[in-house]
Amino acid sequence: MNLPAAIALSHREQIKLLAGVLIFGAAALLPFFNTTYWLSIGISIAMFTVLATSWALFSGPTNYIALSTAAFFGIGMYIVGGGLPYLPFPALVLVAALAGALFSAVVGLATLRISGVYFVIFTLGLAELVRQVVAWAQHVMGTSSGLYVLIGISDQAMYWLLLGLAALVFLVGWAIGRSRLGFALRIIGNDEVVAVHSGINTARAKVVLFVISSTFAAMTGALVAPRWSYVEPSIAFSPFLSFEVVIMALLGGVHRLWGPLVGVIPFTLLWEFISAKFPSQTTLLLGACFLLIVYFIPRGVVGLIEDFTRERGGAIRDLLKRWTGGHA
Amino acid sequence: MPSATATVALRAEGVSKRFGGLVAVDGMSFALAENEVLGLIGPNGSGKTTMLNLISGATKPSGGAIRLYEHDISATPASEIARRGVARTFQIVRMLPSLTVLENVSAGGVFGHSRRWGRDLEDHARDLLRRVGLQGAGDASVSALTYIDQKRVELARALASDPKVLLLDEWLAGLNPTELRTGIALIEQLRAEGRTIIIVEHVMDAIRSLCDRCIVMNSGAKIAEGTPREVLADPEVIRAYLGDADA
Ligand SMILES: Nc1ncnc2c1ncn2[C@@H]1O[C@H](COP(=O)(O)OP(=O)(O)OP(=O)(O)O)[C@@H](O)[C@H]1O
Ligand SMILES: [Mg+2]
Repeated sequence: MNLPAAIALSHREQIKLLAGVLIFGAAALLPFFNTTYWLSIGISIAMFTVLATSWALFSGPTNYIALSTAAFFGIGMYIVGGGLPYLPFPALVLVAALAGALFSAVVGLATLRISGVYFVIFTLGLAELVRQVVAWAQHVMGTSSGLYVLIGISDQAMYWLLLGLAALVFLVGWAIGRSRLGFALRIIGNDEVVAVHSGINTARAKVVLFVISSTFAAMTGALVAPRWSYVEPSIAFSPFLSFEVVIMALLGGVHRLWGPLVGVIPFTLLWEFISAKFPSQTTLLLGACFLLIVYFIPRGVVGLIEDFTRERGGAIRDLLKRWTGGHA
Repeated sequence: MPSATATVALRAEGVSKRFGGLVAVDGMSFALAENEVLGLIGPNGSGKTTMLNLISGATKPSGGAIRLYEHDISATPASEIARRGVARTFQIVRMLPSLTVLENVSAGGVFGHSRRWGRDLEDHARDLLRRVGLQGAGDASVSALTYIDQKRVELARALASDPKVLLLDEWLAGLNPTELRTGIALIEQLRAEGRTIIIVEHVMDAIRSLCDRCIVMNSGAKIAEGTPREVLADPEVIRAYLGDADA
């Protein structure tokens, strides 16, 4: 039984927790290898792990495809860019988290009652809307279109911060999975009519998850802002980012907490290669990837693995049955 | 049988529901007493399911009022109505396919009228599974269940919230004669516990043996009310049913 009921950790969960600690521990060693190239890829992987995993926390169970990652990511980036003269970096990351949470709560309350298709379009428009507002505000204030993010934060430090944030996403996701909220989301994902008739306030559950997911996007934007020493609306609110996150999460699989990670790592490596070799075709290739994934592996690599092991498991059981004369 | 002075659990006052030009429920008024089992019958398309949808909050009335223990729930969201103590099954059985049998039942007991979690919830769900005759099936996948067993799961899920009012929409439909006897015995048991139930049903034997009182609907309106014996002998009811058979 998979009811996340027991307070104490089951044996399986203890093993999972240990595996998680070991993996994060190993990943934390990367900066000691002293390669700038791999550290920069490590930062990308850590960043997309946070974005894709937190995206799937909301979109996996609800089946709402949110294209708003860039909106919240950009807000986080601009808060750091604009706030550095006034507040220290760690405080700005917290401000970004708060701003992301508040803004996503408003957006969620306004949009999560509308149906899936409209939600997709609305979230796509949201990043563009925020971008225009930011550009307009900068124009009105008479500042230039960008912001300098000059802060001495090393790549190592940024990598470790992102890794820490990724660990936090996993912890939050795991805690949700064990909670009533997690159970409510699984019911909603199966049948929303049953969910409401069981007493679940479906709108509230969706908004809570949307806020959690968007808060992480805003914090990520804040943490990586120093990577671009000059922040512009077109970088901060790039719709490209939202699509990348969706593709990576879908590639890995959104029905397991660690699913998106399985998509993030190969995709980031592949993308590094593609954008170096075919810099002018990236949009086209991204679109092609999206179609291929949705058509051929709708449940992601994790879904493929699960189907495979189940078939193998079935075959082995059949074999055992034959050997033991049907008593297996 | 409830006395005349019994508490009214549910009251409909001139409730109507229009879908565009179609009046699916037309000025329905009735009261359901606490501990009463009320049959809601009528030919196909007469508005029975719509009436249950209005009570459970799945759709909102175009006119009139519905009161649950004298509290107006006409504009209350379905999730809130569930919390206030209304639980239901669906005419076309609704399973949560990616959840186990035990989880399907548990789903009804966490967010609704009574709220359980952890061991307490699991014990409660197992107890209900045993009561509907599915002991030991808790860990199975619902897709592996037969139709009647899925109906049992749905009933257990509805019972998991300890509802004040239970709505059963053709819970006995689609069962073979043996299963039907089991099903009737199961509802009979709920009745003996003193539960307050509205049963929508086409199986007249079930209506006769289970219901204290019956309301007959035709074209959205109430055409008769009384004991099952009375209403089934009513000429207008017979005409409504025969008319339906001719069509
Ligand atoms: N959502 C809806 N939109 C439009 N019309 C509807 C809707 N739901 C029900 N109706 C119509 O309302 C009328 C009553 O339907 P309802 O399902 O309540 O009947 P019923 O008595 O439950 O029938 P049955 O015995 O076949 O289940 C029918 O004409 C039906 O087509
Ligand atoms: Mg019906």
